Amino acid sequence: MAVKNEILDHVTIRFAGDSGDGMQLTGTQFTETAAIFGNDLSTFPDYPAEIRAPIGTIAGVSGYQIHFGSVEINTPGDQCDVLVVMNAAALKANLRELKKGGIIIANTDGFDPKNLRLANVADGINPLEDGSLANYQLFTIDVTKMTRAALSNDSGLGVKEIDRSKNMFVLGFIYWMFNRDLEHSIKFLTDKFKKKPDILEANLKLLKAGYNFGETAEIFTTRYTVEKAKMAPGVYRNIMGNQATALGLIAASKKSGLPLFCGTYPITPASDILHELSKHKNFGVRTYQAEDEIAAICSVIGASYAGHLAVTTSSGPGIALKTEAMGLGFMLELPMVIIDVQRGGPSTGLPTKTEQSDLLQAYYGRNGEAPLPVIAALSPADCFDAAFQASRIAVEFMTPVMLLTDGFIANGAEPWMFPKSSELADIKVSFAKEYNGDGKFLPYKRDEKLSRPWAIPGTKNLQHRIGGLEKQHETGNISYDPENHEFMIKMREAKVNKIADHIPLQKIDSGKDKGKLLVIGWGSTYGSIRSAVTKAIAEGYDVSHAHIRYLRPFPKNLGELMRNFDKVLIPEINNGQLVKIIRDQYLLPAIAFNKMKGLPFMSVEIYDRITELLKVETPEMA
Amino acid sequence: MDSTTNIASNGQATKMTAKDLVTDQEVRWCPGCGDYSIIKQVQTIVPELGIPQENIVFVSGIGCSSRFPYYMETYGMHSIHGRATAIASGLKAARPELSVWIVTGDGDALSIGGNHFIHLLRRNFDVNVLLFNNEIYGLTKGQYSPTSPQGAVTKSTPMGSIDHPFNPLALSLGADGTFIARSMDRDPKHLQEILRRANAHKGTSFVEIYQNCSVFNDGAFFIYSDKETKKLETLMLEHGKPLIFGETGDKGIKLDGFKPVIVNVNEVSANDLWIHDDHDAVKASILTRFFDDPKKENHLPRPFGVFYQEDRYRYEDAMAAQINEAISKKGEGDLDKLISGGETWLIN
Repeated sequence: MAVKNEILDHVTIRFAGDSGDGMQLTGTQFTETAAIFGNDLSTFPDYPAEIRAPIGTIAGVSGYQIHFGSVEINTPGDQCDVLVVMNAAALKANLRELKKGGIIIANTDGFDPKNLRLANVADGINPLEDGSLANYQLFTIDVTKMTRAALSNDSGLGVKEIDRSKNMFVLGFIYWMFNRDLEHSIKFLTDKFKKKPDILEANLKLLKAGYNFGETAEIFTTRYTVEKAKMAPGVYRNIMGNQATALGLIAASKKSGLPLFCGTYPITPASDILHELSKHKNFGVRTYQAEDEIAAICSVIGASYAGHLAVTTSSGPGIALKTEAMGLGFMLELPMVIIDVQRGGPSTGLPTKTEQSDLLQAYYGRNGEAPLPVIAALSPADCFDAAFQASRIAVEFMTPVMLLTDGFIANGAEPWMFPKSSELADIKVSFAKEYNGDGKFLPYKRDEKLSRPWAIPGTKNLQHRIGGLEKQHETGNISYDPENHEFMIKMREAKVNKIADHIPLQKIDSGKDKGKLLVIGWGSTYGSIRSAVTKAIAEGYDVSHAHIRYLRPFPKNLGELMRNFDKVLIPEINNGQLVKIIRDQYLLPAIAFNKMKGLPFMSVEIYDRITELLKVETPEMA
Repeated sequence: MDSTTNIASNGQATKMTAKDLVTDQEVRWCPGCGDYSIIKQVQTIVPELGIPQENIVFVSGIGCSSRFPYYMETYGMHSIHGRATAIASGLKAARPELSVWIVTGDGDALSIGGNHFIHLLRRNFDVNVLLFNNEIYGLTKGQYSPTSPQGAVTKSTPMGSIDHPFNPLALSLGADGTFIARSMDRDPKHLQEILRRANAHKGTSFVEIYQNCSVFNDGAFFIYSDKETKKLETLMLEHGKPLIFGETGDKGIKLDGFKPVIVNVNEVSANDLWIHDDHDAVKASILTRFFDDPKKENHLPRPFGVFYQEDRYRYEDAMAAQINEAISKKGEGDLDKLISGGETWLIN
């Protein structure tokens, strides 16, 4: 039978199985291979909170979606073209993510009576056999049987270990289906199992067996080719958000000449920043896993006072715990970066699911008047620059800075045209060395940025005391003077507002700079909004997109930019947070568009809202 | 030890004195507060330690005692409630060469900051913790603290406290503290000596200082300093010396198995008395339990001095060692290599 080769612009594949089935590894391997091949791509890992939920159940399903193409890819794909399911629960949990007519590749062994029962499928029914999947192209493979056969008796491995490797068979098969080369995964496995030759050999055998199965099985009539993407020329690598954040911090450390200190406490989905940083001690990075969230930020206050580039990483609940110390950091006017990798809230909420949950917490979540600068990364690779800029602002303005990312971009991956270190601007740091007052040192005397001197312990003659009590202008001595208190509140606010002079003006990402509708986003909704808006523009809609990275202070031209449009739409993965701030600061009747399902926006959802708004004629905004 | 030399603005070297450590801020503790004596002893011994003035940092939390840094002409931070220990940990991890002193109280260290306190001790940063224990909340005006005795009648316990109090030294020993000592505001010589030894110890030095709150808990510890009661109620520990107390030094402590018993020194052989060994963790754990209510019949005297010390690696040293090891193994970090990662591809 002749195998047809079909060329596609872009494809979305979702790998789904039990959390013990190795779907995250399968997905990342496919991603890296696609990235190295030269596709543009975006990924979305979707895994359960439980490390090992009961095997075979819906709660235990782990998924990994990759959208790759020869065209610009901004999102992990609204719906998938190919759904790989290792068991009945995975099918049940993910079928609604599959396009009508899409391909299902199912491991039949995962649909035995036991697995069907665990997935709560009604007695006597097997979706692979009852015709309920008639609207899709269903291919069944007994992966377990093939795996066991491929390794026969000579692998030296037990059945459990053999079965655990079955994801490699699937990966090999998908590589065949998409005309991919095995080279990267062979290299990866060789490195990973270099001390376990038995397991290495089994994995390599299975990877090849899966590939060869595609070649010989004659049940698949089509292979697919997705050509390289036309991306901006340059050297690329694949990167995940948390990794990019860590690298951005190390880069800022190098470019400022300040040693990096990360005091933190493990929390999903932020911990990978700590893991990454702890690997790079040869950059002088100090990672300190504190006893709790409060100790984590307090250690950062200590390290910042000591003269380090100090950073803490956390997520919503952890940030809530750090709140009082953040206020101290603000009051002391010491530089530090506070990273909130947001997740579904409130309380423990949805730890492994994404949400733009904490913009209001970042903005307002402290006692007293304590405005902190807020920056949000918009994609996995953008975390690098966002972390770098957060560090720069912290040091230059002597203030804690909030950096917001979220679970979606933290764990998502994309190709990154990375910068050369020589292209990164230096971060200027000058520690105070001498008296700045009349024969004395004034720790709260301000420069033209309204920033105060950073005088670190060990500096001769500059001994001084700082603290959380209100302080007198310039001297920093305790002061209960009413006029001084109001003056200092205004001064600290003015300093933060002054940052607006040192950040880029807001740009329109796509579309004209005047028109009927402006879609404003922040953070991880970038890809979905960009896809939706470019599609609508291509179809003739009068719509533009601006994505705000500097959320506090806002770029100076933001108000003017928004007023050039009849309407402003603000899609957010929360119940409307930026929209409140925009309405408050600009008195604009911005329209909220919200989703709170622990999932990113599908671009079609935003597209539909755009077209709906543009179909209705309303009076122009005042 | 060498005393510290300051270089004055005229280029002449001058000795640091206690006066150099006084700031221009008006001291605002209540009249009669034990804090006055403590700061005086600290300012007395610090110039003798051979530490440059600019390398000294005092970090405090919240409470009456936590005003301390404002009155010390060193680097200082008056932070937030219970967190001085956590802040000092980050400071010391970043800059091991600094001399870091934590000033805290019974509420600050043992109640709101209890967690950081025990973790500081287990990590054994080379810092000094001065815990001013007055068995009361002073700054918030008179509520009971985690060291107030059971039954204490305070603003928040009109019928008497039903909390069982902490034994700060037993707690510290349980958290694997490497230097555990007790002194008091009203014995300046002793306090000075303990502060010197705390500074000399490499690791977290924990000094509990009985401190009189003249307003809300006046006289709580007077039995340990008043002439009439002092000799009977206190047991001054000295390494290598027998545990002896009493009006004429006539009483001693002997161990009956693990049970300490009071004996008349004239009735036992000197060899039978408990000889204090400040490196013996088991004996130290018994010593910290000399914590009887002084009103109890036949109670044990309250020990003062260094209960225990051991040499254990410091967190900051291990942290620096790992960095050095990583650099010697992998070489100084190359930013371009790091950013480009393992695999890259070129798009023309």
